[in-house]
Amino acid sequence: MVAAVLSLAIAGLALGAILAIAAKKFAVEVDERVPKIREVLPGANCGACGYPGCDGLAAAIVAGSAPVNACPVGGNPVAEQIAAIMGVEAGSTGEPKVAKVICQGDQSNAVFRSEYDGPMSCKAATMLGGGPKGCSYACVGLGTCAQVCPFGAITMSDKGLPVIDGELCTACGKCVEACPKKVIELVNRSQPVWILCNSQAKGAEVRKVCKVGCIACGICAKVCPVDAIEVKNNLAKIDPAKCIKCGLCAQKCPMHTIESHVKGEDKKKANITDECIGCTLCAKNCPVQAISGEVKQKHVVDQEKCIGCELCVQKCPKKAINMQ
Amino acid sequence: MARLLVIFFSAILINNFVVSRFLGICPFLGVSKQVETATGMGMAVTFVMTVASAICWLFQRFLLDALNIGFMQTTLYILVIAFLVQLVEMVLQKTSPALYQALGIYLPLITTNCAVLGVALINFNEGYNFIEAVVNGFAAALGFSIVIIIFAGIRERMAIAEIPKSLQGFSIALLTASLLSISFFGFQGFNLAKIFGL
Repeated sequence: MVAAVLSLAIAGLALGAILAIAAKKFAVEVDERVPKIREVLPGANCGACGYPGCDGLAAAIVAGSAPVNACPVGGNPVAEQIAAIMGVEAGSTGEPKVAKVICQGDQSNAVFRSEYDGPMSCKAATMLGGGPKGCSYACVGLGTCAQVCPFGAITMSDKGLPVIDGELCTACGKCVEACPKKVIELVNRSQPVWILCNSQAKGAEVRKVCKVGCIACGICAKVCPVDAIEVKNNLAKIDPAKCIKCGLCAQKCPMHTIESHVKGEDKKKANITDECIGCTLCAKNCPVQAISGEVKQKHVVDQEKCIGCELCVQKCPKKAINMQ
Repeated sequence: MARLLVIFFSAILINNFVVSRFLGICPFLGVSKQVETATGMGMAVTFVMTVASAICWLFQRFLLDALNIGFMQTTLYILVIAFLVQLVEMVLQKTSPALYQALGIYLPLITTNCAVLGVALINFNEGYNFIEAVVNGFAAALGFSIVIIIFAGIRERMAIAEIPKSLQGFSIALLTASLLSISFFGFQGFNLAKIFGL
């Protein structure tokens, strides 16, 4: 017995010692920038960069196969720190994004056609005939997105819709991937106007199953002063590149499908200076008829009506309009 | 010499580790999706099993048998194999980064491969001498490599084949493995001793 214990202990000790010596002797110099970059990266191992975890990305950045701004979660601040370690310019990671649930079909707005009593997984519920809601495009509301979010940015509201905390969301895209209805999208953080509907069903069908769904009436596309909205497949879409954030579409939408964070009071209003020659171009182009005046006389802006779209500023040939 | 040939071919064909002894099934199913990775795994296993056979035989002879503590066999073998794989990994990383990259993650994975422990125990049970043990270890690993590469080839073809939904994934892989095992069953009738004139 003693021999057994001793021999095993000594063998273990000797082998361990050999390993320790070998580790020293055969040590391979790892680029010291790798652990440094690894330290700076968020460490969620979400895989949004396309590499296997933060370790993989750190190695790839040092090897030069990935750009320093490859981490979409860390965004510009992390890219700058990595750039400092690598000694290069950071560049930009592009417009910061945020995840957005494009459905308002909560328990009070949507019509339920069945009662789901199964595993709490949106995917499982979707497999059972497309989910419990009348609208087959709607958010299932079982919180699969909240489960997969590595940053705890998604919570489920009392009415059964996910609420995304913009502060915590890093736009890693895990929820977008997990959602079986594809009802979460990554949108530009700076974009304040969204069409919160995913339904490609015809207007009459949408009305039957949802109080706030897009019925593709096209009013938003008509009122948009810059043609940034297009109705395609029975669903209106905003082109964020064209949108001037006037919020007019949200005001006019009969179904209240469009959410707008544009605050009228906060926005600058147009103001016409004495340089106005009374060409009436501004009045003709104002989408809300807020400008009035006689030909060849100074025009005035009705501050109540003005939505601050700045269209008149662009059109004025004399640059007589400024925003205040 | 004839005895070595018998050991060599029987370890590859008749007593194949995967399909007739059912050792090393985990990597056999785990890394057999592509021929390339299967080849890498096969190379790593061949390397480790050959060296492990030699080292374990020495430990058996000069430690376990010498001190008459044969009951410590399994524990000591595991210790030695774990040590060996670690050491090989370190040496390879330093001396041959290309081979290290090629073997990649498979090398540390082999530490927990039952085929490596299996070959050391079989060497002892069969009462092989040092040369025979090394040959047996090498041949057994070669048999493992052959089977895993054949299997990976089949699975590559299956990846593009139309498979009934209920059979997709591991179920068809296991069915294929069983058919492969049956086909190797045909080698059981070989009388190697007679062929090599023993």
